[in-house]
Amino acid sequence: MTNPLPTKARVAEYAGGVRRRVREGGLGPAPVLLALAVTWVVFQSLNDKFLSPRNLSVLSVDIVGTGMVAVGIVFVLLIGEIDLSVGSLAGLAGAVFAALHVNVGMTEWLAVVVAVVCGTAIGALHGFLFAKFGVPAFVVTLAGLLTWSGLMIYLLGPDSSISFSEDGLVASLTSRYYSAPGFTYGLAALCTAAYLLVSLRDRARRAGAGMPCRARSGIWVRTGLLAAVAFTTVAVLGHFEGLPLALLIFLGFIVASDLLLRRTPYGRQVLALGGGVEAARRAGVDVTRVRVSVFMIAGTLAAVGGLFVASRFTSASQVSGSGMLLINAVAAAVIGGTSLFGGRGSTWSALLGVLIIQSIASGMALLGVETAVQFMITGGVLITAVIFDSLARRTAASRVRT
Amino acid sequence: MPGQRQSQPLLALRGVSKRFSAVQALVDIELEIRAGEVVALVGDNAAGKSTLVKVISGVGPPDKGVIEWQGAPVQIRRPQDARLLGIATVYQDLAMCENLDVVANLFLGREIHRFGVLDEVEMERRTRELLHTLSIRIPDVRMPLAGLSGGQRQVVAIIRSFLGSPRLLLLDEPTASLGIQQTNQLLDLIEELRDQGLGVLLISHNMSDIKAVADRVAVLRLGRNNGLFDVNTTSQEQIISSITGAADHAVAHRPHPEEVWP
Ligand SMILES: Nc1ncnc2c1ncn2[C@@H]1O[C@H](COP(=O)(O)OP(=O)(O)OP(=O)(O)O)[C@@H](O)[C@H]1O
Ligand SMILES: [Mg+2]
Repeated sequence: MTNPLPTKARVAEYAGGVRRRVREGGLGPAPVLLALAVTWVVFQSLNDKFLSPRNLSVLSVDIVGTGMVAVGIVFVLLIGEIDLSVGSLAGLAGAVFAALHVNVGMTEWLAVVVAVVCGTAIGALHGFLFAKFGVPAFVVTLAGLLTWSGLMIYLLGPDSSISFSEDGLVASLTSRYYSAPGFTYGLAALCTAAYLLVSLRDRARRAGAGMPCRARSGIWVRTGLLAAVAFTTVAVLGHFEGLPLALLIFLGFIVASDLLLRRTPYGRQVLALGGGVEAARRAGVDVTRVRVSVFMIAGTLAAVGGLFVASRFTSASQVSGSGMLLINAVAAAVIGGTSLFGGRGSTWSALLGVLIIQSIASGMALLGVETAVQFMITGGVLITAVIFDSLARRTAASRVRT
Repeated sequence: MPGQRQSQPLLALRGVSKRFSAVQALVDIELEIRAGEVVALVGDNAAGKSTLVKVISGVGPPDKGVIEWQGAPVQIRRPQDARLLGIATVYQDLAMCENLDVVANLFLGREIHRFGVLDEVEMERRTRELLHTLSIRIPDVRMPLAGLSGGQRQVVAIIRSFLGSPRLLLLDEPTASLGIQQTNQLLDLIEELRDQGLGVLLISHNMSDIKAVADRVAVLRLGRNNGLFDVNTTSQEQIISSITGAADHAVAHRPHPEEVWP
């Protein structure tokens, strides 16, 4: 080992890092995981059907539509902006798909592509108006919310709903399950192994360059935790219908977007914009390009989410484009730990946040509580998350001033 | 090379003007910086020094005038243009991303990547190497910038300007929040870089720093050139009266700005 740093210094560096994280509220996902655990324990103790394979399976499919939209919201929040149009974009995508496929008779996959591209193009338009003309994103996307809701209602026609076939491509998005144990357990094993290999390789490279690196035991513990979560999920869902295709696609999107944000120059630029637009510009980041692309990503994911929502109902209707989708998606991103102030967060927060929101909804439904109460509780969770976020930001800001 | 160095400045500004809606910040500025030379730029607050730096670094392009690089006129419309020429800048307000760590800030806009994937190991290795050769101690290079002290942040901004081996350094009050030892270290470093053939534009309110490293002093007053002096043959009083615009007793009324402690 050609490590220039003595062990003692390395330990001190590590300990300093931990203390700092505790102080600045950068504990990562720990508080959110705790909140999720509490939610589950409470609802399970009130109704023992809550953690049943059946309910969890339904939950794991129900989160996908909102979750996809929330992943897009995470990108926008990271550059310190907001996109209020994602709810109506999701509804519009469902309506475009249904209108083209059912009313016009377009091939299903082509209608899907057109619907998603619609989302991308509209996102690009919002991003362009914001980045080029300096219209606040809040206003651009508020106008978008109205416009695209209007277009959706127009496309849905007098019935304000278009149903499509239950065994088509879009319907199968949320109705297909994989139950062959060889496949499901194999997938869990593959993901765990991939994580382990990547972690060990990163560690080896750092050690090879003589830099402080994670303890090997830490990697094994993390891999163990991941394996536990993966295999438990597969086992529990296997008791009902198996692994839902929707959940797999959702997880795929999260992993891919997380890698994009953390491991590529593009992701670095997105985070830089959230940390200071002027600083990023002076460092040579093309601010306009990054801004437009982020709104394109949000629009695309909103459309994808909209197709999942429509798939759940096997119809496109005003429900899917309702304001609730927007509110839940933004709340999910924030509850999951992405900062409203930009520059801090991860797409995994979309998963954790939407799990909490949907768990509350599902638990309340099991208990037969009215939606009124459910809204108030979700609102309470959201405000708690925002308070945490603001406190973390204040700690950081007060350190800047000294 | 030395002969050529004398004849042709690395960077020359000819009649550069810049106006902000209400303020004429720069009027017909002339300035030359040669390779292997430290030019100090001095002037009272709001004289236009930072504005001039931003003109050269592409952050705030001029309204009028010509910028010449090694004798040829160039367009510097964006920060990228300046970087491609080999101009590196430490801004007065530092302009760094508080949420990113030291390594990410150093390499922002020129990340090292392999097949489109960030090479964090290589970037961190080079960061440590750079800190080591400059004998600078930063406790944790993976700490977000928000967690560093003002002086530490200034040090990060300074070493960022050294990355990518620039040919012209623009330093806008780089010692403003540095301690005594760090200031001396930076001044030594500036001399070393000058001897390696870099051109340096140093903005400072501290006359002794300027006396220590600068070869020539350019004075700005209310956005205009107000004298160009050779440090070795000019008295401090002369320079100061040129800054304030008063011939006499200006010195008595204006103590030197002391170091700003973080
Ligand atoms: N972005 C801007 N918009 C409008 N006016 C500006 C802007 N930047 C600078 N100015 C004006 O230009 C003038 C020169 O400012 P500048 O920052 O260049 O001064 P300076 O010499 O760097 O002063 P200091 O020593 O305080 O740093 C000032 O009157 C200032 O108000
Ligand atoms: Mg200034």
